Amino acid sequence: MSNSRAISLQCYHCGNDVFNSTIGIGEKLFCCNGCKMVYEILQDHQLCNYYELNEQPGVIQNKSRRSDKYNFLDNTEIKNKLIHFSNQKNSHTTLYLPQIHCSSCLWLLENIHKINPGIISSRVNFTKKEVFIVFNHHETSLRGVVESLEGIGYEPYLSLNELATGSVSKTDRTRWYKIGIAGFCFANIMMMSLAHYFVSNGFIDTKIEIVFQTISLLLSIPVLFYSATEFFKSAWYGLKNRYLNIDLPVALALVITFIRSIYEIINGAGNGYLDSMSGIVFFMLIGRWLQSRTYQTISFDRDYKSFFPIALNVIKDNIVIPTEISNVKVNDLIQVYSNEIIPVDAILSKGNANIDYSFVSGESLPIKVNIGELVYAGGKQLEGLLELVVVKEVSQSYLTNLWNNPIFNKKESIQKSSYDTIGKYFTYAVLVIGLIAGMYWFKMGETKLMWNAITTVLIVACPCALLLSQNYTNGNILRIFGLNKFYLRSPEIIERLSRINHIVLDKTGTITQTKGSNVKYAGKLLNHAIQVDVASLLKQSSHPASQLVSDFLNVPNVSMVKHFKETEGQGIEGWVNEKHIKIGSSNFVGGAYFTERQGTKVVVNIDGEIVGEYTISNKYRFGVSKLIQALKKKYTLSLISGDNNTELANIQEMLGKESDVFFNQSPQQKLDYIKELQNVYHFNVMMIGDGLNDSGALKQSDVGIAVAETNNNFTPSSDGVIDSSKLSMLNTFIQFAIAGKKIIYITFSISAIYNVIGLYFAIQGILSPVVAAILMPCSSITIIALTYGLTEWLSKYYQLNQTSKL
Amino acid sequence: MSVIIILLIISLLIAGGFLIGFLWSVKDGQFDDQQSPAQRMLFDNELKK
Repeated sequence: MSNSRAISLQCYHCGNDVFNSTIGIGEKLFCCNGCKMVYEILQDHQLCNYYELNEQPGVIQNKSRRSDKYNFLDNTEIKNKLIHFSNQKNSHTTLYLPQIHCSSCLWLLENIHKINPGIISSRVNFTKKEVFIVFNHHETSLRGVVESLEGIGYEPYLSLNELATGSVSKTDRTRWYKIGIAGFCFANIMMMSLAHYFVSNGFIDTKIEIVFQTISLLLSIPVLFYSATEFFKSAWYGLKNRYLNIDLPVALALVITFIRSIYEIINGAGNGYLDSMSGIVFFMLIGRWLQSRTYQTISFDRDYKSFFPIALNVIKDNIVIPTEISNVKVNDLIQVYSNEIIPVDAILSKGNANIDYSFVSGESLPIKVNIGELVYAGGKQLEGLLELVVVKEVSQSYLTNLWNNPIFNKKESIQKSSYDTIGKYFTYAVLVIGLIAGMYWFKMGETKLMWNAITTVLIVACPCALLLSQNYTNGNILRIFGLNKFYLRSPEIIERLSRINHIVLDKTGTITQTKGSNVKYAGKLLNHAIQVDVASLLKQSSHPASQLVSDFLNVPNVSMVKHFKETEGQGIEGWVNEKHIKIGSSNFVGGAYFTERQGTKVVVNIDGEIVGEYTISNKYRFGVSKLIQALKKKYTLSLISGDNNTELANIQEMLGKESDVFFNQSPQQKLDYIKELQNVYHFNVMMIGDGLNDSGALKQSDVGIAVAETNNNFTPSSDGVIDSSKLSMLNTFIQFAIAGKKIIYITFSISAIYNVIGLYFAIQGILSPVVAAILMPCSSITIIALTYGLTEWLSKYYQLNQTSKL
Repeated sequence: MSVIIILLIISLLIAGGFLIGFLWSVKDGQFDDQQSPAQRMLFDNELKK
């Protein structure tokens, strides 16, 4: 271990600030016992190189663990779903570890056999954040593997969804094959065609010419019938759905080029345009590949199932049985631990329940549930063990009902992009030009020239330039967005993003932080002794508001509280150090300390005198008000939240008087509101939300963007995911998308010049393969260079290039 | 001039060899994950210890 590292108050493992300097080993300080434990495990196995490779590489471990957490992995049924291969000795499994983020992770995970000798080998797929593990199932079990991973801070992400579909995702390799083959054929055809271009007529030996042409023809077959299949498929799909997409004229041009080339070669009339054709296919495939490099680690299609645990502890006759969640039946008694999600609607039978519904309903403060009351699925228990009786199974719970809405079963409708429209007019225009030229030559009695003109016009007319500029621009925009932690599901979203004119925001977790509230005090100055007294009383109550205020006071030692009394939903009172203190709502305390502050108010009354009040308000994310000011100038805004309206005045002021602000909205109401905006007011709506309660609205909106606090957080199904730290840049992203559209138009117009030159020759019936072979690469390269240069320049202009690496 | 045809065939064979090599590497999964090998090679020396 080197001692050169500066000893600052940062956790040696995860780099978070250290508040409590008592947790440490030697000079190394840790922020929590979890991090210290990971360090100890690594030290025991001489794996401390982990810390040498990167500074503070770990992930914070402040979660408490319990030993039977992974009991359910001994259940054969669940186990079989996670193990995809097993022989007499070894089993193979692939686990998704969202915590993977640096080279230290990779090193540690590939050395995990030193910690758990039952593991034979492990291999990390960095892009997918997956680890493939081979283990000896006589020496360890799946549970053992998962527990060793969790022990070093990499808790696998196990969920119902992955179980249903099988977690091993295969990458599509066909695009590589297609590009490879197209590239090979293109280069060789070009090589043989060049020979033809550089000799004056008749100089090349006829025998050689025949061989060259035959080989070219043979080579072009796989290009057309294998590499280019996706253009035909897409064109056919468009035709079947009665709309003309941009692939149709491309497919048409490819076929005509091919047929005409065969015709020329057979008749000995020339060399054909096979080189141009295969070149176009090659460049277009690369463009598509660039555009489709989606983010494999981010799942855009998660529904409630990914949010729920795989298994629950069911108590039967005093025995705890881990049960797969789909097998949990009504009236089962279940156990739920701290920080676990309750996946069913159930009635509390034992325990102290503080349920955090922020993700499901948008309520920012946790809710205290009493024994005998109903807990809804999706709530998260904050602290302590609970026992609950199941009322409704997972598939029938209140939360899952939302997914029965038809919007979730609707197939992605065909979204016409404006490029398709341009492509359409472009095609029509070219067809007309071709026909006019053809008719002209027909009238002149030159039938041969007529056919020449018509076919070559069609060849030149291929709107591949439009397709290329679209693909390359979008590809680069997606890449730049990705570097800035804004991930879009598909390139089409960029265009939809550029067309929005109304933005709907969610409150909890979207513009406010999920964790942390602002607590402010107003009133008489309280000395330390009185603060201790107030905090002592507050610590007696498990009400979320009491806990927030007592955290705010941050008093370590407590005084004795006598005659403590809690009035449900009202407040608390008691005697501390000979003082009678009452804390709670203004009704309970008997008056308010008048302030204009917004938020939930907690009034303090000491010996009959109201001394002051604490206001609990939401913490807004960094840069949110600036973002809203910027968005307000260009778009109409509204806010729709499931929370209560304590923040109404703040938000109304931020958004402006003309904006709609709604509180206490159910997920269904949110969805309906978006629908109304679209159908009645004809807005293109962008929805920004974070929780399950927004998922209907996200799906309904034209562009639904989910906000994620870390990129391994659960995000509901959406068109894009934005990292919460980058939310303030949203306006820039939208402007960049709009500018991207302009880039496409500009490059397309420039490439149209090449088409005009081509047409000039084509309508005269004298477009020779040489001209085509020069125009084609020129136009392609111009487009690629221009789109790349312009998007890069724009990213500098919008300051999107100052990115941090992964 | 027919030597050109022989040369052409040889060149196609060589190029074809590279094509097969490429397809093979794709099939083998070399293009599935383009990030981890770049990181992994940094630890190769250390692993042999």
